[in-house]
Amino acid sequence: MQVYKRIIPCLDVQNGRTVKGIQFESIRDAGDPVQLAKFYAEQGADELVLLDISATNEERATFIPIVEAVAAQVNIPFTVGGGISSVEAARNLLRSGADKISVNSSAVKRPELISELAEAFGNQCVVVAIDIRKVESGWTVHTHGGKQDTGIDALKWAEDAVLRGAGELLITSMDGDGTKKGFALDFYQEIEQLVSVPIIASGGAGTIEHFEELFSKTGITGGLAASIFHFSEISIPELKKGLSKKVRIRN
Amino acid sequence: MKVVIIDYGAGNIFSVQQAFKRLGIEATLSNEEAEIRTATHVIFPGVGHAKSAMEQLKSTGLDKMIPTLKQPVLGICLGMQLMCGWNEEGNLDGLGIFQARIQLIKSQFPDYPIPHMGWNDVQLNGKSETFYFVHSYVAEICEETSGITSYPTPFSAALKKDNFYGVQFHPEKSGVAGENLLNQFLAE
Repeated sequence: MQVYKRIIPCLDVQNGRTVKGIQFESIRDAGDPVQLAKFYAEQGADELVLLDISATNEERATFIPIVEAVAAQVNIPFTVGGGISSVEAARNLLRSGADKISVNSSAVKRPELISELAEAFGNQCVVVAIDIRKVESGWTVHTHGGKQDTGIDALKWAEDAVLRGAGELLITSMDGDGTKKGFALDFYQEIEQLVSVPIIASGGAGTIEHFEELFSKTGITGGLAASIFHFSEISIPELKKGLSKKVRIRN
Repeated sequence: MKVVIIDYGAGNIFSVQQAFKRLGIEATLSNEEAEIRTATHVIFPGVGHAKSAMEQLKSTGLDKMIPTLKQPVLGICLGMQLMCGWNEEGNLDGLGIFQARIQLIKSQFPDYPIPHMGWNDVQLNGKSETFYFVHSYVAEICEETSGITSYPTPFSAALKKDNFYGVQFHPEKSGVAGENLLNQFLAE
């Protein structure tokens, strides 16, 4: 059987708090990433992604205790990312209980990082996150939170990342991010023909139908979103119930 | 009850220890024979590459010791694979507790990407349960197979022989179903 399609909430963490605004009445301290992670796991999330978006080293130091607390309280897999540029930094996060490591700008800057991580921890542990934007010739890789266009062809970079040892790709369409107009299906339909590893799609999810389209029109196995879950626009049980008629989804 | 997690430098030991903590059990990490022998239940975890893991086991003598254990032993993921026979990843012989050979999943993307990563059904003890998997190699079906999953070809998701148990999936990351399985193991 194919795997169940994965619904993956993403938590942006800065200075020990979840950002992007959270509107849950059911959680007393909604900004606490540990409580939120636990809540999503109980709601039926299939995996979680925690991104450290701290700007300073002082803020960054607050991330490890959060990873430890999530590992202690959450019984589903979680990936951590944000500013990881060495095997040592990755090891510290894995020792704190993370299951997978996600790298983005640092891998574009120094692609050898991917193979170093794969060699140290196994391919299954290495997620390469790629932020893309549509340009005339196709799609290009953007770094620094989508602000800088590297000019690198996104399909080629994805293939290269897999050859270097990425066990999974997390691809965010910056065109779709925050627009709620649906996932960049055209890109995912191309990339899934080129690489053999699982892909998580991100950017643009606004409705249950967007997830349904993603999972029925492509072979993509994971759909990631942040604000629609944080703002209770769609709850995970509601999303899963809506999808379960047409998509293989875990209840 | 005393749970010891074999610590041979491979992978997800912290995750497994945390899972037992959530069940109210402080599991001990050890690579020393004397300590491991005092356990009521032994966990043999592992993620990563079979070759480097096997080298670690040999350098500490754990490869000879593990098959002689008499208490319930649970191998998880790579731990389970190392308890099996010939292993294609690294072309080596495992501990031989289970006779299954380990082979790479035949790639059929985009429908079946590799690694097999995510939640899938296991036919276990006459019912279907859902667990979390992350792996690229599989144990073939053999006499000791106690749980089966297909991706797309059927493989051993669980193995059992005497006091030895093995699971390809990660009970420590499989929500409530995983917690129930760990509790069942502790009741052995």
